[in-house]
Amino acid sequence: MNPANYVLLSALLFSIGAIGVLVRRNAIIVFMSVELMLNAANLAFVSFARMNGNLDGQVVAFFVMVVAAAEVVVGLAIIVTIFRTRRSASIDEPNLLKY
Amino acid sequence: MTQIIPAEGIFALLWVLIALPAVGAVILLFGGRRTNSWGPYLAVLTVVGSAVIGVLMLLALMDQPAEQRTVVQNVYDWVFVGSFQASFALQLDQLSMVFVLLITIVGALIHIYSLGYMAHDPDRRKFFGYLNLFVAAMLILVLANNYLLLYVGWEGVGLASYLLIGFWQRKPSAAAAAKKAFIINRVGDVGLSLAIMLIFITFGSITFQDVFGQASEASEGTLTAIGLLLLLAAAGKSAQFPLQAWLLDAMEGPTPVSALIHAATMVTAGVYLIVRSNAIYNAAIWAATAVVVVGLITIFMGAIIGSAKDDIKKSLAGSTMSQIGYMVFAAGLGPIGYIFAIFHLLTHGVYKAGLFLGAGSVMHGMNDTVNMRRYGALKGLMVITFITFMAGYLAIIGIPPFAGFWSKDEIIHAAFERNWIIGAATILAAGITGFYMTRMVAMTFFGKARWEDDAHPHESPPVMTIPLIILAIGSTFLGMALLFWGNIETWLEPVTGYESVPTPLPTAFYIAVTLVVVVIGAVIGWVMYARKEVPIEAPRGNVLTRAARQDLYGDAVNNVLVVQPTYRTAEALTTFDTKAVDGFVGGVTSFVGDLAVRLRRSQTGFVRSYALSMVGGVFIIVLALILVRLS
Repeated sequence: MNPANYVLLSALLFSIGAIGVLVRRNAIIVFMSVELMLNAANLAFVSFARMNGNLDGQVVAFFVMVVAAAEVVVGLAIIVTIFRTRRSASIDEPNLLKY
Repeated sequence: MTQIIPAEGIFALLWVLIALPAVGAVILLFGGRRTNSWGPYLAVLTVVGSAVIGVLMLLALMDQPAEQRTVVQNVYDWVFVGSFQASFALQLDQLSMVFVLLITIVGALIHIYSLGYMAHDPDRRKFFGYLNLFVAAMLILVLANNYLLLYVGWEGVGLASYLLIGFWQRKPSAAAAAKKAFIINRVGDVGLSLAIMLIFITFGSITFQDVFGQASEASEGTLTAIGLLLLLAAAGKSAQFPLQAWLLDAMEGPTPVSALIHAATMVTAGVYLIVRSNAIYNAAIWAATAVVVVGLITIFMGAIIGSAKDDIKKSLAGSTMSQIGYMVFAAGLGPIGYIFAIFHLLTHGVYKAGLFLGAGSVMHGMNDTVNMRRYGALKGLMVITFITFMAGYLAIIGIPPFAGFWSKDEIIHAAFERNWIIGAATILAAGITGFYMTRMVAMTFFGKARWEDDAHPHESPPVMTIPLIILAIGSTFLGMALLFWGNIETWLEPVTGYESVPTPLPTAFYIAVTLVVVVIGAVIGWVMYARKEVPIEAPRGNVLTRAARQDLYGDAVNNVLVVQPTYRTAEALTTFDTKAVDGFVGGVTSFVGDLAVRLRRSQTGFVRSYALSMVGGVFIIVLALILVRLS
C-alpha cells in the first residue's frame, strides 16, 4: 500500500482534531480533539519513518506519546478543578483572564 | 636687582599672619553657640595679633637694605603636576607689607568698632567669623607669591564679601545685593582665571618672580591680552566701569563691612593686582591706556552718583568708586603713577574707613536711618563723630595738610606729566569731590534738624568712637607721615619702579589750581545744602541728577545687554526642551501606550479564539515556508 495514503489520513485526522478544538465548547471534547491531533502527528511520523527507511520518526512518535500522557495528567487535573468550582465543563465560561 | 632673603627670625611667622584670623574664623563658624559670649573678642584678638606681627615685620624689613626686602616662605607644596607648579608660598615685600599693615590695622579698628555696632545683633558671632574669614583671605591675596594663590585669596574675599553683604539675609534687598555682587564679581574672576592660564602658557610659570623676570621677552600682543584680562578682573573686584553696578547695592551690608571690605581693602584688590603686575603693563602700552580710560570714566561716574544720592552710605559708595578710579587711573599711567596709586590707596583706606564708620555712628544714633534728608544739625549732639568725620572730609577733598591732599595731588601731578587733558579732568573730578562731600557734611551735621519724629540722636559708645578717633588721626597725618617720614616713594620703588617726567609748569601751580577748584566745588555744595533749606522730599532734579539716582542707568544697561538676553535664551531653551525634546519622548510613549490599549482588546479570555489565532498563525507560517520552498 502506498505510504502517502497514511500521510493523507494523518492530515485528515489532524484537521478533524483542529476543527474539534475550534468549534466544540465542552472541555473534554476539546481535550480529545487535541489528543486526536497528537495522534495524527504520530501517524505522520511513523509514515515518514517508513518512507525514509529509518527509525527517526518512530523514535519521535514515542516521545510524543510520553509527552501526551503527561499532558493528559495535567490537563485533566485542570479540567476537573474548573468543573468543581464552576459546575461546568464549558471552556467559554472561564474567561476572566483578559484585558 | 632684588634679592630674596629666606624667611627667618620674625619672618618665619609669615604664615601665622594668615593663620591667626583663619583659625579665628574656623572657631567662630564651627564652634557653634558656645562661642557666642567670647567669640567676638577672640576675633578681635586674632586680628590685633596679626597687626602686631605686621608691625614687627615692618620694623624688621626696614632694617634690611633696600634691595633685600623680599621675603619668600614656602609653606607647603600645593599643586605639582608636570611642569605646572604652584606652591602655597608667601612673599613679603615692600608692596605686600603696606597692604598687610592696612588690612590688619584698619581691620583691627573695624573689628573693635563692630563690637559696639553689632552689640545687639543676635548673629554677631557669625558676623565676626565672616570678618575674620575676610581678613585671612585678603592676607592670602596680598601675600601670595604666585597668581594661583592670589586667585585663592581673590575668591576668598569675594566669598566673604558675599556673605557679609547678605548678612541680614532676611531682607530680600540684602540677599539680592549679595547675589548681584557675587555674580558681577564672577565676570571679573573669569578674566583673572583666563589671564592666569595665558600667563602659564606664555611664561611656563605663574610665580611673580618668573613672570616679571621674563615679561619683556613675550610678544606685545600676548602681554596686551594678559593686561586686558587682568584689567577685567580688577574692574570686577574694584567696581570699575563697566562692572561697577554691584558696589552701590553692596551697602545693604552692615556698615563696618562697607568700611572694611567695600571701602578700605577688598575693593582696592584690583589696584593691587595692576600694580603688582606692573612689568606686564609697562610692556603693553595699550592695556595700560585701557586702564587709564577705565579709571577716568569711573572717577566721574562715581563722583556724579555720589553727588545725587540721598542715602549717606550710597553717596560714600559713589565716592569710593570715584577714589578707586583715581587709583586705577594712576596705576595705568605707568611707572610715574604706580607709587601714587598705592599711596592714595593707603590714605583712602584710612580716611574712607573713618568716613564710613562715622556714617555708621550717625546711623547708630538715628535709628539706622540712612536718608541724609532726615539728618541735619547733628554737629552739637555727636561731637566726636562730627570732628572725626570732618577730618575724613578734609582728607578726601584734599585740603592740606590732611592725608588725601598729598596722595591726590601726586596723582594729579602725575597725570599732568603724561597729558594735560587727563590732568585737567582729574582736577575737575576733584572739584566734584569737594561738592558732594560738602553736600554730605552740610546735610548731615549742619542746617536745620529734619529728624524723624522718634529719632533721639546721641553719641556712640567709646568702643565705637575710639576707632573713629584713631582713624581721624590717620586721616590727618598719614599723608605727611608716609611722604616725609616713611619715604613711600623710595620704599616702593624697588617693587614698582619710578620715573618722574618734568612738567611745563611748576608743581605749586597745579596744587594751587586744584585747591581753587576744590574750594569752588565745596562752596557750591555749601551754598546749595547748608545755606538753603534742604527739602525732606527729594526734588525732581535735573536730567543728570535723575540719571545719577538711577546709578547712571548701570542696572538698566546690564539688564538690556546681559540679563534680558540671558533670560530670553533660557526661555527659548526651555521651550525647545518642553516642546521638542519632551514632545518627542512623550510622543513615543503615548504611541506605544495607545497601541497597547488597542491591541489588548484582542486578549478576550476565550480559549477558542486563542486557538483560532494559533491555527491561523500556523497556516501563515506553513504557507510562507511553502512559498519560500517553491520560489
